[in-house]
Amino acid sequence: MQDTSTIGNQYEADFQDLCSNLPNWSSEFRNEAMIAFKQIGLPVHRKGNEKWKYTNARPIAEPQYELAKFEEMDLDIIKDTAPWHDSWLNVVFVNGHYQGTFTSNTSSKIQLTNIAANDLSQDIANSVGGIVDYSDDGFAAWNSAFMSDGSVISVPDGENSGIVINLIFFNQGLTGTVNHPRVLVNSGKKSTVNVIENYVGGGEDHTLTNSVSEIYVGEGSTVNHYRLMSETDHTYDVGYGRVKIDTDGTFNSRAFFRGCGIGRYDLNVLVDGENASCDLQGLYFTSGNQHMDNFINIDHSKPHCQSNLFYKGILDGNSRAVFGGTVLVRKEAQKTDSIQSDKNLILSPNAEVDSKPALFIYADDVKCAHGATAGNIDADTVFYMRSRGVDLETASRLIIYGFAGEVIDKVEIEGLRSYLEEAFLASLPSHRFEF
Amino acid sequence: MSKIDKLIEVKDLRVSVEDTEILKGINLSIGEGEVHAIMGPNGSGKSTLANVIAGRPGYRVTGGDIVYKGNSLLEVEPEIRARAGIFLAFQYPVELPGVRTWQFLKAAIDAIRKANGNDELSVREFDQLLEEKRKLVEMDPDLVKRSVNEGFSGGEKKRNEILQLALLDPSLALLDETDSGLDIDALRIVSHGVNIFKSPEKSVLIVTHYQRILDYITPDYVHVLVDGRIVRSGDSKLALELEEKGYEWVRESVGEEVNS
Repeated sequence: MQDTSTIGNQYEADFQDLCSNLPNWSSEFRNEAMIAFKQIGLPVHRKGNEKWKYTNARPIAEPQYELAKFEEMDLDIIKDTAPWHDSWLNVVFVNGHYQGTFTSNTSSKIQLTNIAANDLSQDIANSVGGIVDYSDDGFAAWNSAFMSDGSVISVPDGENSGIVINLIFFNQGLTGTVNHPRVLVNSGKKSTVNVIENYVGGGEDHTLTNSVSEIYVGEGSTVNHYRLMSETDHTYDVGYGRVKIDTDGTFNSRAFFRGCGIGRYDLNVLVDGENASCDLQGLYFTSGNQHMDNFINIDHSKPHCQSNLFYKGILDGNSRAVFGGTVLVRKEAQKTDSIQSDKNLILSPNAEVDSKPALFIYADDVKCAHGATAGNIDADTVFYMRSRGVDLETASRLIIYGFAGEVIDKVEIEGLRSYLEEAFLASLPSHRFEF
Repeated sequence: MSKIDKLIEVKDLRVSVEDTEILKGINLSIGEGEVHAIMGPNGSGKSTLANVIAGRPGYRVTGGDIVYKGNSLLEVEPEIRARAGIFLAFQYPVELPGVRTWQFLKAAIDAIRKANGNDELSVREFDQLLEEKRKLVEMDPDLVKRSVNEGFSGGEKKRNEILQLALLDPSLALLDETDSGLDIDALRIVSHGVNIFKSPEKSVLIVTHYQRILDYITPDYVHVLVDGRIVRSGDSKLALELEEKGYEWVRESVGEEVNS
């Protein structure tokens, strides 16, 4: 058995190597993160660890990974793997390294910078890591020490062009490698921005994608954030998202998970200004021996705010899913209106979900509700459809698509919705029931 | 062309749920163009009869047969029965979250058409047909855009059943307590839908606890089901008599017959 405290030490030599090639602004930041990483290690012990109670991180933590190296990819392969539209700002990363930005649209005022750039402005450099508290999170500390290329998206005040920024993190799946994507979004006052983060690819051997995203939702602005994860059964994917919403700001998140060996999405949204709101929706589909853990937290610290949390899971095969997280309503957060729900459709007797949404309320004038469900396809439902002449297979497909459609239908970016309808829905099983 | 005098024939049908016998030897023949009503107290087995004919799982046929258009139905899957023209209007219509009414009904009508050697309807043809039938049952146009039955009131769900009856145009309509929980307006609309469906080629079996719906749809035959057996059959006057005297009257008179 591996002692967690040595996990960071294994990467010391790689870290020294990496630091010699990276911009100066980041060295202090990285050094601190590396110290934390060596102290914390990775969460291989679950006893008393509420954050990783139902997910065994040991298979992720045990291998010693090499930093993945860049290999230029044919864009056609990328376009086959991830959603793409020529009018979007398509930013391609391969194995964690920047390949290029591809677009037919030149009109946007949004500034896209590589986080590894030498000439990163002082303001941006200072905001990197501002809402990432890795003091109890080894994966986030690891990313902070080792991040190389990544996107900084700066949205000027009043920018409302509606452009879609499509970040594609393609993992080639090179044996035993890790990559640490990093994203920072900073939306100016009364602006709107659409960002898609795609984590795709993977190969036949174990690789790890360990990403961190930080999103500042500025005063009166809207950030529409989409996160897609579609990798191979051998891929481990640990995603860490931190969001802070200012007064009158809106954060809309749509997260879609279609498979990897062990996946984890740890999203924490701090609703930090009056009249701010967030709407977090997710859809996960697991099959085979896959495992997906969504750990979604909302922290209400100001009055008159709203949050909606709506996740759905479809589980097949021997797969496992975990839904955890807390809506915290602090004492100051009066008049909070919050709904939290996780619904699961279980297609196989061997699939299992642990769904434990929680609610902590310290304010006394709030409206909050939460719930979780897990069920099979109902025999009465299937009979109802068959009694109208619809065969079992079509009935099952309509039910499963209908279940998934409740999340997919609400995706407003047309090119993304059609991608999800084709790629995501097509991967769902259509016939799994005997009555 | 002569009418088929036995569209469906239920012969000495015995049905159990788990170890309890619910139907204890039912005999019933419905000819083309006939309207039959099955009346009976709660727990008499009348809903079971309608559901067994439609092929609902969970029932075990322990004896007898159901012959429809000359063939036994017992081993036939429910969707095949539906395609052959059997329609069950549910007592408790099921909600289908995320499944649009439009999408569901198009899948249903196309499956039935294909099984009968017809082409699928084009989107335009289907839209026209759906709109025509929707007006017939006076259903809110917004409801057909929503998920099937989701968030519908009890009355709207029953109307949706009649919309489906009108759209799928079966040979035999089984109405399982369609009148229960309906206010007088909804009952009128639902009955209107059934009366329009009714024709010399179409047959109807109405399962009901109350006589009320029979004020709107006049049956040719009324059968009284008590404790898994048809204890009395007659014309529409029997329903009125039953309404007046209650089910105790049938029970008592059956008892007298048994005792005499």
